[in-house]
Amino acid sequence: MPQIAQILETYASQFFWLMIVFGLVYFTIGHGMLPKVEATMDARNRKIADDLAAAELARAEADDLGDSGEAGLAAARAAAQAKASDAKAKGAKDAEARLAKADAEISVKLAAAEAALSAATAKAMASIETVAADAAADIVAKVSGAKVTPAQAAKAVKAVMSNG
Amino acid sequence: MAGESGKIDPMYQFKIEPLAQLNLAGYDVSFTNSSLFMVLVLGALWVFMAGGMKREMVPGRWQMAVEGITGFINNMLTANVGPEGKKYVPLVFSLFMFILMANFMGMMPFGIVPGVHPFTITSHLTVTAVLALFSFGTVLVVGFWRHGLHFFSLFVPQGTPLALMWLIPVIELFSFMIRPFSLALRLFVAMTAGHILMKVLAGFVINGLNAEAAWVPLIVSFPAFVLMIGITLLELLVCAIQAYVFALLTSLYINDAVNLH
Repeated sequence: MPQIAQILETYASQFFWLMIVFGLVYFTIGHGMLPKVEATMDARNRKIADDLAAAELARAEADDLGDSGEAGLAAARAAAQAKASDAKAKGAKDAEARLAKADAEISVKLAAAEAALSAATAKAMASIETVAADAAADIVAKVSGAKVTPAQAAKAVKAVMSNG
Repeated sequence: MAGESGKIDPMYQFKIEPLAQLNLAGYDVSFTNSSLFMVLVLGALWVFMAGGMKREMVPGRWQMAVEGITGFINNMLTANVGPEGKKYVPLVFSLFMFILMANFMGMMPFGIVPGVHPFTITSHLTVTAVLALFSFGTVLVVGFWRHGLHFFSLFVPQGTPLALMWLIPVIELFSFMIRPFSLALRLFVAMTAGHILMKVLAGFVINGLNAEAAWVPLIVSFPAFVLMIGITLLELLVCAIQAYVFALLTSLYINDAVNLH
């Protein structure tokens, strides 16, 4: 086995060159290049973490905006509903008032018309009595030849008419 | 690969051959094929890392691969040690990637070029021992630096009955001291055994094809080749698993040193 057979002749050379080579590996690669690779990895990981945090923040903000938007929408809807019901109530009140006014006007007119009617009725009744008295006096004169005074005729007519 | 007179020596692949003589203060520190593969591993690792350094916010495939392994080691230390484990990521990452690349480099089919053969540096005890000592040394330094002599309470698990005080710390100390050996031997044995097995099977294939009897290739070489494919895939898995085990155990040991029990 050369590893053991040659050990006395070669150990110095092996140690010497291994020290040089491994020293170079340790100092130039382990301490020179490795930290840069690690720094790159750290920078990437930090960037990914930062981006994720920013995205999370943006999501929370968007959620907030969505919530406030919904609240605004609800408020606007409530306001619109209130306005609509107000308008409806006002319209109903207006209509009622106008109706009442019209009612009043109509009843005034009705009363006037009724008064006129009753006046006309009374007047007609009066003239009917006169005509009936005249006719009664004429009829009496023609049938009996007796002269009846208008006053008597009117009295007789009134008596008859009041009877029915 | 093939030794003299057509014999295939499965041990030859572990032989260290000097490529350039070098002497330093009386020590033979020649640049060997082992050193060459260490440098190749370093180069491959550097290329791999450099490809993932574009530092884009949206990573490409290569950057994703580099970041995947980095994140993997990072998670391992955070899970086993806690937030303080981040400090030890460079060490564990270096160990993991160096072992992984070295294991894979030893599996590369460089043998198709005549005269070249891949060398698995992690199949050498001298290399795995040094790597294990880096791991163990870190544990010792961190443990004593953070906890001072209180670090020795590691050897007295919570709730140890007073009657067993003479035994438990001894066992704990023993299991603690054996860690670097188990770390080094596990990797060394796994890589060595795997490569010997592959070489032996490859020898079956080649020797069977060279045999004079016509039935030998069919009976020996073909099944050995099929088995060889499976073993190679298994060995690739072992390469990754051994690197993972080394890194995982190192992070567990660091956890002991940082948090005690």
